[in-house]
Amino acid sequence: MREMIRRFGPGLGGFFLALVALWIIGMVLAPNLMMLNFSLKPNLFPADIGGPKDVYTVSNYTALFGDSVHRSIFLKTVWGSALVMLATLAITYPLAFWMAKVASLRGARAMLTLLIIPFWINEVLRTLAWFIILSFNGPLNAFLLGLGLIDAPVRWQGDFGVLAGMVYAYILFMLFPIYNSISTLETAQLEAAKNLGASGLRIHWRIVIPHAKAGIATGCVFTFMLAAGSYVAPALLGSPGSRWFTEIIYNWFFEGGNWNRGAAYALILLVLCMAVVMVTLKLFRVNLADVAK
Amino acid sequence: MSKPRPVTPLDRLSRALPKLLFAAYLTLFLAYLFLPLVIMSAATFNTSKFPTVTPWLGTTLGWFQELWNDAAMWKALWLSLGIGLAVVAFALPVGTAAALFLTSLNARARGIFYAVMVSPLLTPGVAIGIATLILWRQAGIAGGTFLIVLAQATFITAYVMLMVVARLQRFDRTQEEAALGLGASKGLIFRRILLPFLKPALIAAGFIAFLQSFENYNTTLFVRGTDTPLTVYIATKVRTGLTPAVNALALILIALTLVTALVMELNRRRKEG
Amino acid sequence: MSHSVELIDVEQAFGDVKAVHHFSAHIAGGEFFSILGPSGCGKTTLLRLIAGFTEPTKGRVRIGDKDMAGIPADRRPTAMIFQSLALFPLMPVWENIAFGLEARGVAKAQRRKRAEELLDLIALPGYGDRMVHELSGGQRQRVAIARALAVEPQVLLLDEPLSALDLKLRQHMRAELRALQKRTGVTFIYITHDQSEALAMSDRVAVMSAGILQQIATPQELYANPATPFTARFVGETNDLTGTLRGLEAGLATIATTAGRFTGRTGLGLEDGGRATIFIRPESMSLSRIEMPNSLSAKAVSLEYEGAVAILRAVSDHGQELLATIPNRNLADAPQPGEQIWLSFAPQEALVLADA
Repeated sequence: MREMIRRFGPGLGGFFLALVALWIIGMVLAPNLMMLNFSLKPNLFPADIGGPKDVYTVSNYTALFGDSVHRSIFLKTVWGSALVMLATLAITYPLAFWMAKVASLRGARAMLTLLIIPFWINEVLRTLAWFIILSFNGPLNAFLLGLGLIDAPVRWQGDFGVLAGMVYAYILFMLFPIYNSISTLETAQLEAAKNLGASGLRIHWRIVIPHAKAGIATGCVFTFMLAAGSYVAPALLGSPGSRWFTEIIYNWFFEGGNWNRGAAYALILLVLCMAVVMVTLKLFRVNLADVAK
Repeated sequence: MSKPRPVTPLDRLSRALPKLLFAAYLTLFLAYLFLPLVIMSAATFNTSKFPTVTPWLGTTLGWFQELWNDAAMWKALWLSLGIGLAVVAFALPVGTAAALFLTSLNARARGIFYAVMVSPLLTPGVAIGIATLILWRQAGIAGGTFLIVLAQATFITAYVMLMVVARLQRFDRTQEEAALGLGASKGLIFRRILLPFLKPALIAAGFIAFLQSFENYNTTLFVRGTDTPLTVYIATKVRTGLTPAVNALALILIALTLVTALVMELNRRRKEG
Repeated sequence: MSHSVELIDVEQAFGDVKAVHHFSAHIAGGEFFSILGPSGCGKTTLLRLIAGFTEPTKGRVRIGDKDMAGIPADRRPTAMIFQSLALFPLMPVWENIAFGLEARGVAKAQRRKRAEELLDLIALPGYGDRMVHELSGGQRQRVAIARALAVEPQVLLLDEPLSALDLKLRQHMRAELRALQKRTGVTFIYITHDQSEALAMSDRVAVMSAGILQQIATPQELYANPATPFTARFVGETNDLTGTLRGLEAGLATIATTAGRFTGRTGLGLEDGGRATIFIRPESMSLSRIEMPNSLSAKAVSLEYEGAVAILRAVSDHGQELLATIPNRNLADAPQPGEQIWLSFAPQEALVLADA
């Protein structure tokens, strides 16, 4: 604090401190604390607020585990997000390695530019593209029918559509961090390992992956968090049978009219994501500063 | 010592196999990444009322016309642009202040504040939207453009902060002392020394911040009230009456992205070359 | 006449660590004053204190008879040249030079004109529109000086500004700095760990060790009459023999060491019977083949030819390393390595100082 004033003077320094306080207190801490407070209150009529019924309760949280439909949707969201995370990791790792260590500098750079393009295109549009592809009379069914692989159009939308759309939408959040961390690996280390007779798999397992762990952890954290918190893909590519946890939260707010319960569900989602972040970082022995790069 | 075996065609295949497999993988990967965008763009030119490329009913440019005449789209576009600019105007100074604040702290305090400041990036977007919505309802302010800007800025500021911190790490603080020793006021030092140094990072951060805002859907959905920015407009269209006019919009945005990516790449090459 | 600088019992502590202890000095206006000491001795702290980047924990700093307490760096009549130079990389040369004037609200045309004048002064005319990274090390050095001079400081503070330059350029810049100081008449306070730099340029030198002032004197005085053992060892080469003081008379002191008894001039703080050291410069050592008064028996180890002189390295019979310079004209008489010799000195050319 004092350092800020000393460095920028009372006017500018004070202004900066005020901006930081506005952000941290007014936009990060206060809303979350208010959400927490809200989630611990029952859903009351305005008249009852402040009255005898206005007490703290954990019923909004226990409700999730009491309701078998919500519970199974929650578990499916966790499981589905983990699946998205693993799928993107498996799909992107070879490419990340190739770009970082095998391709020529020009090749890697051209690939990078190429990949940035879909990355910049908005998630809604990327999902829309899959909506078109997967639609009942769409290109995928037409293609498979044409090849004779299926006899009748398949209804892709649903769980499959949601996961496919998410993998597509978040794939680059996995690719870039892994690519960045592998690029800092000395090529000489790979050559040394090869020279010592290590097989390709062993080189990856013992040298590349340990070196790239911060990148892998970052990619995993972000894809999981984005998938679990996704709303577009389930809304556009899902079916009534494939609801995602964010859709339940949305319903509490804008259809069910129970904001308190919605807040509790949103907090459960938030805690889930934070827990995944913490566990992943612990598991990979990475600190936060390495993730947010 | 055994004599080397003659090289059989099978050996040659097994040696080439990893390369072939990788080439196949790369082709599939690129197809997976770009084919959806190509199909979506191509559907713009199909006369079919539902956007698709199968069957191809006839080629038309009519959907651009329809998009052009869609007042709701224009309204959503202007709203999104306005929100994006407002978010940039907020996130740039606040993110810069936060970065400067972080660098002024000792290691322990820095760790704590850093965790708090990056937490919005690790929070699901819907939770940010909901938290903002709930807080401001207490003040009697309902969802709408104002809350969209605030909620988006909550996490976009963190991006700006990270980019400015990265640049600040290369700043030589003795420059500030030198300027101070020459009689410069704190304000002048900031304006003439620090700000010019941060400029490249601020331009990049402003660009990223705008893009993040323009693309945002999850957070926006919860705080939008009855306002409809472009992403919400598109998502609503998909569910209530999708026509290839939306594809026309997508095509234009993709084209803009391509041009921007190309310009930036050329710019980078020119700087390096 | 430029301002004088007075440091009165100045002390600076960082937490529990005292970087500067009870430092007092009076630096006259227009003087070229150096502060010499090994790295980490607190000399940079002292300079930053004068510049106003830090306030002393105790004591006072006066510039031009004005107490500087509470006056921030940007209000002091000083300008500082940093070790890293700290030129502004995003501004062209002329804006760098004129930055102090910009801070004082001088109009642009006038700033430009003054920058051009200073560029002439530092012999870089026409370099105004170059960027800093286009300049050589020596040119940057000069721009940093011009930038500091542009604000017409009363006192110029220089923090080892030549340390990044190569030897040849460093020697050239020494002369240039000295000439510039004479021409401008500004008070220079120059910090260095390089004794030859300090001796070559300064009117007076302060020697500092571990935050403590050892001595303030002219370069000649410093070399001839060091006040403390630290100064004797730090400034120039020296031979030293430690023992117990055995007799003080008529300005001469005799000490008994394991290598024998030696007599030299009396220095500060001597007490009969106390521990003391006698210091003899290598050029005061004379070589002989027979025993003389005030002499040491030693074995020649090596002879390093340096042009004007040669340096003889020898080891005394008690295992102490000794140095002696042999002038060129006596080189024919120089001992062979391994030869047994005597090294003697005149009492007037040796100095006895009490051990700290």
